[in-house]
Amino acid sequence: MLDREQVLHVARLARLALSDDEVERMSAELSHVLDHIEKIRELDLDGVPPTSHVIDVVNALRSDEPEPCLPHEVALASAPEPLHGGFGVPSPGAA
Amino acid sequence: MSELIDLTAAAAAERIRAREIDHAELFEAYRERAASDDLNAFVWVADAPPNGNGYADAALAGVPIAVKDLFCTEGVPSQSGSKILEGYRPPYTATVVEKLAEAGAPLLGKTNQDEFAMGSSNENSAFGPVLNPWDRARVPGGSSGGSAAAVAAGLAPWAIGTDTGGSIRQPAALCGIVGFKPTYGACSRYGMIAFASSLDQAGPLTRDVTDAALLLRHMVGHDRRDSTSLEYPGEIAVPRAESLNGIRLGIPGELVGTDAGVDQGVRANFDATLRLAETLGATVEPCQLPHASHALSAYYLIAPAEASANLARFDGVRYGLRVDGDADLTTMYSRTREVGFGAEVKRRIMLGTYALSSGYYDAYYGTAQKVRTKIAEDFAAAFERFDFIVTPTSPWTAFELNSKTADPLAMYLNDFCTVPMSLAGTPAISIPSGLADGLPVGFQLAGPAFSESRLLDAAYALERAIGFDGSAPRR
Repeated sequence: MLDREQVLHVARLARLALSDDEVERMSAELSHVLDHIEKIRELDLDGVPPTSHVIDVVNALRSDEPEPCLPHEVALASAPEPLHGGFGVPSPGAA
Repeated sequence: MSELIDLTAAAAAERIRAREIDHAELFEAYRERAASDDLNAFVWVADAPPNGNGYADAALAGVPIAVKDLFCTEGVPSQSGSKILEGYRPPYTATVVEKLAEAGAPLLGKTNQDEFAMGSSNENSAFGPVLNPWDRARVPGGSSGGSAAAVAAGLAPWAIGTDTGGSIRQPAALCGIVGFKPTYGACSRYGMIAFASSLDQAGPLTRDVTDAALLLRHMVGHDRRDSTSLEYPGEIAVPRAESLNGIRLGIPGELVGTDAGVDQGVRANFDATLRLAETLGATVEPCQLPHASHALSAYYLIAPAEASANLARFDGVRYGLRVDGDADLTTMYSRTREVGFGAEVKRRIMLGTYALSSGYYDAYYGTAQKVRTKIAEDFAAAFERFDFIVTPTSPWTAFELNSKTADPLAMYLNDFCTVPMSLAGTPAISIPSGLADGLPVGFQLAGPAFSESRLLDAAYALERAIGFDGSAPRR
């Protein structure tokens, strides 16, 4: 069960603003989904190694050679606020 | 023109190579159909055939392809079905799209999808839902619903999509076409707007098995820009098998048993297809995947966890939407994401962030990763006794629009039979196996890693025996 405080905490971690309605709905829906998912915690998984990736590739390396990358103006072309050759953002302190 | 549309992609390529039809004529025929699409399958359509000679001698002969929106295509809108990427035109092209273009399949258009590939009905798109061409009151499945509907309706000769937990196979099943999810690592993920990186794979959606083989052959291979992509062993063969002699099919009770929730009509069709497989020489026996019934739970922790990390990049800084740019930085991030993401994407970001958060990581994400190990072991054990594991692709046929949107969990059950293979990283194909109450049913075959050619062969033999007629929605 995810209560209102937990929903707001997770939303803060995810940098996601939610309306009051969404907080209510999220609390009910996530609790419902988690109730179902909880069942895997009943399995005996002692000593089972976790799988983060199914293919057996370790340390895929290539030679470290410089090559052309995206031109500056192309990389900035989709930015909401290109600024002095970089990505402009609001000040962390402004409000 | 209708005659052109009736050709499979492989047959059209053959006619172009024989100089019986012109590739530009074929492109234009499909371009006109795609541009007048009334299923909402396309979100962008090319306005002219590509320039250039040599198509008639290229492997794919200029037969144009529809591409799911989430594949980045240079200079062409690529939004992954999301409002947060409004107006985004990437400066580069996804590797598989580039490879297909080099093999002679030019871009016809971009297709609608569930936002960031999260969904099983295409109702989560910022562009609105796609309609199923068999019955326009029903969903085409998802998340590659636009690609599936476009191929089924003859608006495109063939298409590509992506499959994370069933997003190629399930819409292919619901639209009566073929869909193939390759072995994890067979195709480069470079340029695919990521959902869950340890699961996402590109694959074909086509009218028949031969078209799928032809397309897949030109998609696979190592890409230095995706370090999880692998050198494909050998070449994908053109399927030719006419029998299933000696093929052992395993039926996992955990996925198709009476408790699994498979609809009656789907079940009857599945049983009939098994009998047909037996007449072709296959043996059919029950098999066990003891942890498969837990796959959905593990998937709905792992995929949202990976998604919550992947989607952190959409924050109003480098591309797409920005909201409240005059506020402080954190408010700008949070408001941009509130306005830019749809309800299902928010739900999964929340679920994934929770599963990864301090105090819950081991209980949820860690446990799910262990279940994933057990599921992969289940498949490995089953493939010692069986060539392929078979199930219905989806527990039901295409459902009515809005009938499952109120209950996220009911929607997630769409993936019950497709998610286990995704977690195990094994290849699987869905082929149309007939109709139930007038709607297409999909039959899924899954094989061990890199068994693509054998899977295609078996699917081809079955396809011929089934004799499915997919022409009804191609008007």
